[in-house]
Amino acid sequence: MARAVTTRRKTLTTVAAWGIALLIFFPILWMILTSFKSEETAVLSPPVWFWFDWTTENYATVMERANYFRFFMNSVIIAVGSTALGLVIAIPAAWSMAFVPGAKTKDLLMWMLSTKMMPGVAVLVPIYLIFIKLKLLDTHFGLIVVIMLINLPIIVWMLYTYFKEIPGEILEAARMDGATLRSEILYVLLPMAVPGIASTVLLNIILAWNEAFWTITLTTVNAAPLTKFISSFSSPQGLFYAKLSAASTMAIAPILIMGWFSQKQLVRGLTFGAVK
Amino acid sequence: MSTQASRSAARVMLSPAVISLLIWMIVPLVLTLWFSFQRYNLMYPERAGFVGFYNYTTFVASPDFIQAIVNTLLLVLGVLAITVIGGILLALLIDQPIWGQGYVRILVIAPFFIMPPVAALVWKNMFMNPTNGLFAEAFKALGLQPFDFLGVAPLISIIIIVAWQWLPFATLILLTALQSLSSEELEAAEMDGAPAHKRFWFIILPHLSRAITVVILIQTIFLLGVLVEILVTTNGGPGTASTTLTFLVYKQSILNSDVGKAAAGGVVAVILANIVAVFLMRAIGKNLDA
Repeated sequence: MARAVTTRRKTLTTVAAWGIALLIFFPILWMILTSFKSEETAVLSPPVWFWFDWTTENYATVMERANYFRFFMNSVIIAVGSTALGLVIAIPAAWSMAFVPGAKTKDLLMWMLSTKMMPGVAVLVPIYLIFIKLKLLDTHFGLIVVIMLINLPIIVWMLYTYFKEIPGEILEAARMDGATLRSEILYVLLPMAVPGIASTVLLNIILAWNEAFWTITLTTVNAAPLTKFISSFSSPQGLFYAKLSAASTMAIAPILIMGWFSQKQLVRGLTFGAVK
Repeated sequence: MSTQASRSAARVMLSPAVISLLIWMIVPLVLTLWFSFQRYNLMYPERAGFVGFYNYTTFVASPDFIQAIVNTLLLVLGVLAITVIGGILLALLIDQPIWGQGYVRILVIAPFFIMPPVAALVWKNMFMNPTNGLFAEAFKALGLQPFDFLGVAPLISIIIIVAWQWLPFATLILLTALQSLSSEELEAAEMDGAPAHKRFWFIILPHLSRAITVVILIQTIFLLGVLVEILVTTNGGPGTASTTLTFLVYKQSILNSDVGKAAAGGVVAVILANIVAVFLMRAIGKNLDA
C-alpha cells in the first residue's frame, strides 16, 4: 500500500532536496569550474560563474610538470599494491573465520578492529625511526605495507561478512570430490564471492588513495603520492587557484567515480556490518 | 566441517593476518612507551637517559595541553553535532518521494571521497580566503566587511571543513538505516492519528538509535586523529588557537624533534582513543551475534 503523495508536496521536497544537495556539492563544482578558468579569471571580483573563456591550459600546465605524472602513478601503485597485498593476506584469514569458526573467532575479529583505533600520531616517531633503520622511508614498498596494515582489518571484516553468506556445504562438497584447500579457495570460493571481493577492493582503493597521514609523513619525493603533491600547495606563491583546481580535480576524479559506483556497499564496509 | 585437519589449516591461514597486525600494533606501541620515559631529542642526541615521568609532567603541565584538549573536544563535539543532526534531517529529506533521488544521493555523498588536502585547500583558498574567497565576495556584495575566517575563528572554520567532509558519511549510514524501517509501522501510526513529530520521536528516532551510535563512535575515532586539515589550513594557529591534541603531538615530534615528549603525548592520545574504542567495540560486538 503506497502512501498517496500529492504532486505539490513531491515538488516541494524535490526542490528542497536538490537545493541542499547542490549546496553540499558546490565546493567541488566550484573547484571544477575554477580549473577551467585562467588564473586571472579565477580571482576576478565579483566572481564569474559559467560565462568565461573556458580553457584547458591549466590541465596542460599541470601535466607538463614532469613530476605530476609521477605523483599520480605513485598514488596508483600504493592504492593498488596495498589492496592486492591486503587481499592475499585477508582472503585466507576470512576463509578461516567464516568456515572454520572457533570459540575465539569473534574476539579475534574485534581485536583486529581495535588495531584500527590506534592514533597514527602516537606511533609516528617509532614508525619513522624504524623506516629509517630499514631504509624504507620514501619507498613504495614501505608505504604499501603501512597502508595495507591500516586497512587490513576492514578488508578481513568485509570479506568475512561476504564469505559468511556463502553456504559452507558447497565448499565441503568440493573437498569431498578431492579438491585441495588451495583449489577449494581459488576455484570454488573466490568465483562465488566475486561481488563481495569487488566491493571490498573498491572501498580499499578509495581509502588508500585518500589516506593522507602516513603518505604525507613517510614520503619526500620518490614515493610521494597525490596527497603529498596537493599539500605542497598549502604555502602559496603568486596566483595559483586555477592550477591548484586542475591538479585537485585530476586527483579526485577517479575516486569520485569509483565511489559513486560503490556507494551501496560502502555502508557495510564502513560500519563493519553494524548497519546494513 | 571443522575436522582436525581443517582446524590446523585454518590456524595457518589466519597467521599472516594475525602476526602482521600484532607486529604493527605491539612494536610501535612498546617503542612509544619506552621513548616516553626517555630524554630523547633528535636535535641533542647526546642528552639521553631515563627521566621517569618528566615527559608526561611537562607535556601535561604546559598551557598548550589544556588548550589542545579543549580544542580537541570542541572539534569532535562540534563536528558530531553538525553531522549527526544534519545527517538525520538530510536522510529524512532524501528518503521522501522525490524526483531524481539517485542523483541527489550522488551529489550529497561526493565530499566523502575528496582527499583531505584537497578539501582543506579548496575551502581555505577559494571560500575562506579574506581577499578573494567566495565568502569574502558574498560579504562584499552584501556591503559587509570581509571576514578572515581562518585568522579570526580558526577552530570554527576547521569544524566547518571537517563537518563538510563527514556529513555525507553520517547521511549515507542514517539513510541506509532509515530505509530498513518498515513503512507499515509508520502508516499504522499515521492512521492512528500520530502527528509527524510524534512519529519521528517514537518510531523513527528509536529505529535509528543504533545507526546513530555507530556513526558517533566511528566518527569520533577519525575526528580524534584529524591532522592534515589543520596542517594545511592554520598550522595549529594563530598561536595555539586551533591546536588539537593530535596536532600538538605532531608538532612535538616533527617540528620540535622532541621524541620523548611527543611519545608521552602519544600515550595520552592512545588512552583517549581507547576510551572511545571500548564503547565502539561494544556497539559493534552486540551486532555480531545477530
